[in-house]
Amino acid sequence: MKNITSKQIAGVAIFLFAIYVAVPVLIGVTGRWDFYFTLTSVALLSIAAAGVWLTFYIGRINIGQGAFALIGAYVSAILVTKVGMNFWITLPLAGLFAALFAVLIGLPILRLRGVYFAMITLVLTEVVKLTALALPVTNGAKGIVSIPLPQELSIFGITLIPDFATLSNVKLAFYYVACTLMVICFAAMYRLVNSRLGHLCRSMQQNEELASSIGVNIASLRIIVFAISSFLGGIGGAMFGSIAQSVYPSTFQVADSVNFMLYTFLGGLGYVFGPMLGTLTLYFGWNLLFEFGKYQLLIYSSIMILLMLFLPNGLLSLRLPKGKKPNAAAEAGKKAEGASK
Amino acid sequence: MEQILANGVYLGSQYAMIALGLTLIFALMNVLNFAHGQMYVLGGFVTYTFYGQLGLPFVVALLISCVTLAILGALIEKFLFAPVIKRSARDESTMLLAAGIAFLLDAIILLVFGEKQRGVPKIVNGVFNWDFRLIMPYDRILICVLAILSIVGFIAFMQYSKTGRALRALAQDRVAAQLMGVNVDRYSMIGFALGAMLAGLVGGLLVTITGINLGMGGPTSIKAFMMVMIGGAGVISGAIAGGIILGFLEAIGLAVLSQYGDITYLLIFISLMIFLAIRPQGLMGKPWG
Repeated sequence: MKNITSKQIAGVAIFLFAIYVAVPVLIGVTGRWDFYFTLTSVALLSIAAAGVWLTFYIGRINIGQGAFALIGAYVSAILVTKVGMNFWITLPLAGLFAALFAVLIGLPILRLRGVYFAMITLVLTEVVKLTALALPVTNGAKGIVSIPLPQELSIFGITLIPDFATLSNVKLAFYYVACTLMVICFAAMYRLVNSRLGHLCRSMQQNEELASSIGVNIASLRIIVFAISSFLGGIGGAMFGSIAQSVYPSTFQVADSVNFMLYTFLGGLGYVFGPMLGTLTLYFGWNLLFEFGKYQLLIYSSIMILLMLFLPNGLLSLRLPKGKKPNAAAEAGKKAEGASK
Repeated sequence: MEQILANGVYLGSQYAMIALGLTLIFALMNVLNFAHGQMYVLGGFVTYTFYGQLGLPFVVALLISCVTLAILGALIEKFLFAPVIKRSARDESTMLLAAGIAFLLDAIILLVFGEKQRGVPKIVNGVFNWDFRLIMPYDRILICVLAILSIVGFIAFMQYSKTGRALRALAQDRVAAQLMGVNVDRYSMIGFALGAMLAGLVGGLLVTITGINLGMGGPTSIKAFMMVMIGGAGVISGAIAGGIILGFLEAIGLAVLSQYGDITYLLIFISLMIFLAIRPQGLMGKPWG
């Protein structure tokens, strides 16, 4: 990256400080230990939402991320319980399997555009759920339960990640793992968007025929992007299954797929960090509204509609002038704000 | 065999009506209405309240549910969709709005009507029995006939009335329709109201047979999406074809595949994906809708 300003570095530093130090300290002070689970979920869901965002980047509305998250969760769970593999090895395998599936399914369906693609991916979520119900290896509606906690990961005798079963505070460990994954994921996304591939994607988002006519291989490009997107979905799903220690066909369903899309839209489609902010706002907001009991859904949906009415281009369009990349400082500030609530 | 065909006609006529409303809204505004299933549920609950609770005649209750949904649809279009479409940089923002409205309607239904399964007394008693080859309760036949009549009425309305012509013009080309003196804003609202009204009408009809509960909204929306995809988005004849095809597939699948367990929908989904891979725009749709 040629032009990283000191402001951006500061922003990233504040953001990292916020998620790795400030949040655990704040939770320790306030004693709201349940927030660990919420924030861990936010981190993992935002990884999957980043995948959705990436497919949008090539001009496709993806409402099928739940399918890939479910595939990832099942692959990891089956490998851990039936084969007895180490969870940390199954994690990338889950992502790769989801990506492979995405390539196979993407070859035909990526030819679709607009609402057609949106609707077929929505159907895909349902297909995967029904397949999980029908296959013997996934154990049907009973799901796979009591998945062991992640084991130790070591290279040449040096422990990289300790055995989770021996840890005193598993929640905190999961929180750190999820945050690390999220940071890696968004760093990779930022790099990707500002690379040659990102430029090609933008050209495709604007006009596929034109992009193709100037020599962009759109057919392979969209498969690559869809595979990356599904890889992220698979990773997020696998990690989620490991935290919940169980996977059911209903772990990720149509509503979740729609939610991934909503997180992405709400954060703003023009900004790399949009999915993160959108997930934080919607998922965290939903949990905060729990205190309102039966009015939870009413308030939540009203807020969503109002946000859409007044900020139809996403939350991040609020502060930033048109066409400018979001700066990480604002992002980190918001994250810290949200976390300290 | 006769039984399967009769079931297919019965399911198909209902499904076609659900798909009609969705495709109408899509054709006019390019909005994928996620809230369609919820509108259907709401229509069912309104009919339940007036027919089942207050004891009004079924037809009156049905009319009330149509009117309620039409007004609701018009309000949603005027105050939510129209401003967002005007201000948003991308078309897709309306999807978020539609999903938000789906959640909102869910919340309202939950608060007003509760989460219990509700049913109403039968409108006609008795069962039609043709030599045990074809068994069908009279109320199902009546609902099926009513649904087909409504579809015919709707097509006639779209074909011959001034409003229908304006709506079709709008669906074909928004700018050209505007140039020909069609009040685009007004007819968008009418179209949305009409689509919502159709959802309410189906809800009101089906509450007499299947009853209604809060959870039916989402699955109904998905089925409606499938029908629209089969027939082609934004095409009225396509929606009817899609509805009937899905109805028959479901009826045949449930009859033939029942011994293999619950895989009918899995097979339907998979064949739909293969079909769309070959013909992305559906049976009758415009390419890239």
